Amino acid sequence: MFGLEALDLARIQFAFTVSFHILFPAITIGLASYLAVLEGLWLKSGEDVYRDLYKFWSKIFAVNFGMGVVSGLVMAYQFGTNWSRFSDFAGAVTGPLLTYEVLTAFFLEAGFLGVMLFGWNRVGRGLHFFATVMVALGTLVSTFWILASNSWMHTPQGHAIVDGRIIPVDWLAVIFNPSFPFRLMHMATAAFIATAFFVGASAAWHLLRGRDNPAVRKMLSMAMWMALIVTPIQAVIGDFHGLNTLKHQPVKIAAIEGHWENSPGEPTPLILFGLPDMQAEVTRFKVEIPVLGSLILTHSLDKQVPALKDFPPEDRPNATIIFWSFRVMVGLGLLMIAAGLWSLWLRRDNAIYRSRPFLYLVLWMGPSGLIAILAGWFTTEIGRQPWVVYGLMRTADGVSNHSYAQLGFTLIMFVVVYFALFGAGLGYMMRLVRKGPYTGEGQEQRPGGPGRKRTPARPLSAADDGQEPDSTSLTEEH
Amino acid sequence: MGIDLPLIWAVIIIFGIMMYVVMDGFDLGIGILFPFVKDDRDRDVMMNTVAPVWDGNETWLVLGGAGLYGAFPLAYSVVLSALYLPLMLMLTGLIFRGVAFEFRFKAHAEKRHLWDKAFIGGSLVATFFQGVALGAFIEGFKVVDRSYAGGSLDWLTPFALFSGLGLIVAYALLGCTWLIVKTQGPLQEQMHDLGRPLALVLLAVIGVVSLWTPLAYPNIAERWFTLPNLFWFLPVPILVLVTLYGLLRSVARRAHYTPFLLTLVLIFLGYSGLGISIWPNIIPPSISIWDASAPPQSQGFMLVGTLFIIPLILGYTFWSYYVFRGKVTHDDDGYH
Repeated sequence: MFGLEALDLARIQFAFTVSFHILFPAITIGLASYLAVLEGLWLKSGEDVYRDLYKFWSKIFAVNFGMGVVSGLVMAYQFGTNWSRFSDFAGAVTGPLLTYEVLTAFFLEAGFLGVMLFGWNRVGRGLHFFATVMVALGTLVSTFWILASNSWMHTPQGHAIVDGRIIPVDWLAVIFNPSFPFRLMHMATAAFIATAFFVGASAAWHLLRGRDNPAVRKMLSMAMWMALIVTPIQAVIGDFHGLNTLKHQPVKIAAIEGHWENSPGEPTPLILFGLPDMQAEVTRFKVEIPVLGSLILTHSLDKQVPALKDFPPEDRPNATIIFWSFRVMVGLGLLMIAAGLWSLWLRRDNAIYRSRPFLYLVLWMGPSGLIAILAGWFTTEIGRQPWVVYGLMRTADGVSNHSYAQLGFTLIMFVVVYFALFGAGLGYMMRLVRKGPYTGEGQEQRPGGPGRKRTPARPLSAADDGQEPDSTSLTEEH
Repeated sequence: MGIDLPLIWAVIIIFGIMMYVVMDGFDLGIGILFPFVKDDRDRDVMMNTVAPVWDGNETWLVLGGAGLYGAFPLAYSVVLSALYLPLMLMLTGLIFRGVAFEFRFKAHAEKRHLWDKAFIGGSLVATFFQGVALGAFIEGFKVVDRSYAGGSLDWLTPFALFSGLGLIVAYALLGCTWLIVKTQGPLQEQMHDLGRPLALVLLAVIGVVSLWTPLAYPNIAERWFTLPNLFWFLPVPILVLVTLYGLLRSVARRAHYTPFLLTLVLIFLGYSGLGISIWPNIIPPSISIWDASAPPQSQGFMLVGTLFIIPLILGYTFWSYYVFRGKVTHDDDGYH
């Protein structure tokens, strides 16, 4: 059906579940640090606007965190169910790294999340700030572990192969593998940027509807400073990451560039647009700029970039997809840089809060960071193909031996369930965003939390949007 | 001979799964009992009794999965791929239930019944397929060349299906006796009435499993019925009978706490019985924890973090149960 094999279905299923999952942790990482900054600024300046924003965003953070936990449950099992031969082959390295990720997440939840979400009036200011900082740090430590595992699959080292299986030899070498620092920086920064645009779009939505208050203005302003300063930094990190990939996975770069062959003595051009055709081994309809490929990737005017035809066909990733997913990521990145520069221009006479074209742009760019994250992950993961552990195990050899029918059945099940349930979750988050931060929000006391009688100290319950469906039934109680 | 890391990890994972079965068991049980309780306010109370703790309960499931991956990658890959469909259905059930749990309270009144149904359905599906997975696990897997060699529907056996139904009964009893602890008035009354039939059905389930497994699997029969093993293991069935007797008595005299505690003992005994039948295999019928073990570099590396974090998780768990102790009533502002 549709020319897909069981292997393709297994890959689509993993891609679907992990793509859905990554959206929540990305926002969690970004919001946790944002909340830490907000609380720090409030403690330093004493301005209530920061506290109002803290209270507002902590509710959305809570729902988002809960969604991340539920969607992550599936991920912990999918390596074994869908990629059993990979798990057996590489589990001695990837298993412990995943375990550390899980332990970090639980440590976080057990220790500091409760204090952060429910402890506002029950612990001192300093301790509360400490808890927020620890949660922010914890999300980054979780990122650290999961990216160590992923990066090792791209650039494996520190291991030996005994009896056809991976044995860790040097954990430091395993964790700090060559692509890890770049991938970690790139992803963490991407999470910050995605969150900034999410926050910015929320502010723009309110301003466009005439809901103007200091908190809304502050969050737009903070988001746009992030966009202005951090997106160019991200471009530089991305460039370093690209050079690292060129060194360790040259064929991925060749596929991203849709670059099939080098002519002797000529520098490599940069193909702006085109349609790589894997069968015909050409990039059709291409628009190219001479020499620029060499300049960007080798930082020289004459060195050549490896080409797809330098590698046997069975070792090439699908250029048709990653040529475009890469351009989606870069294109959105450039748009973000532009939005940041525009915001700086508009700041001169506070037009940033009034310019409707600008606010509409920021509104529509709300999901841009998340889309760029997905596009980037598609590029790097499809670019890793046909390997699951680069150079060591092919994806086709790592997959479980499941039938087409059962993979198709579970894929449909996941698609239906994820859209229904996480769709409801996202809808709920949007409902919270619509309520907007309002002045004085930070002074309200919410029920719940440790120490209060029988009220839950869990992430999702921190999000009280004021709708209490059971309040009517409670008042009827005789 | 240094430390037996595979043994330590087997104990950690067995403990983790035990914690999961006991703790998620009663909150899944509440979902299973939902159809028996029609009153909306009673349903709120039922959910409120587990609302503060249910997601913490599930952390053990994630920890068990990740721990198995790192410590016994072979078992993780073989067992999970052999149980592909039941596990996927179980996870879907758990997702449904988890999300329903949160949104039931936040939904508008007219949409609430949908979340109720999602909660009931999710709990039933998750429990049933957990039981099916357990039954299929006991039956064992065909392994050739370090990977699962059976078919995709090998788990679909009469015994596995029976285990699925059996686990529904067991979790329903856990949920029922938990509600006896946490509620009062008519709801508690209803649970007291329900306790007796549930306990009797569970007795029948345990009886059938105890006869079925040794009859069908000679190695399990040998484990139990050869001397001197018989004397060592005889206390297990005897204690099961004694506990069940005590359970029926305590429900009859309308005790508040004893039924739940005795149900926990019962679950623990059943779990031990299964352990006796299988030990030391991690992939029945023939691959032991030592055969399936990751290299010591992996198990040792993981152990450092685990031994640091697990006491913290346990401490936090006990503390949250302590905070939320006592009866839940209609008047509680409870859950938002």
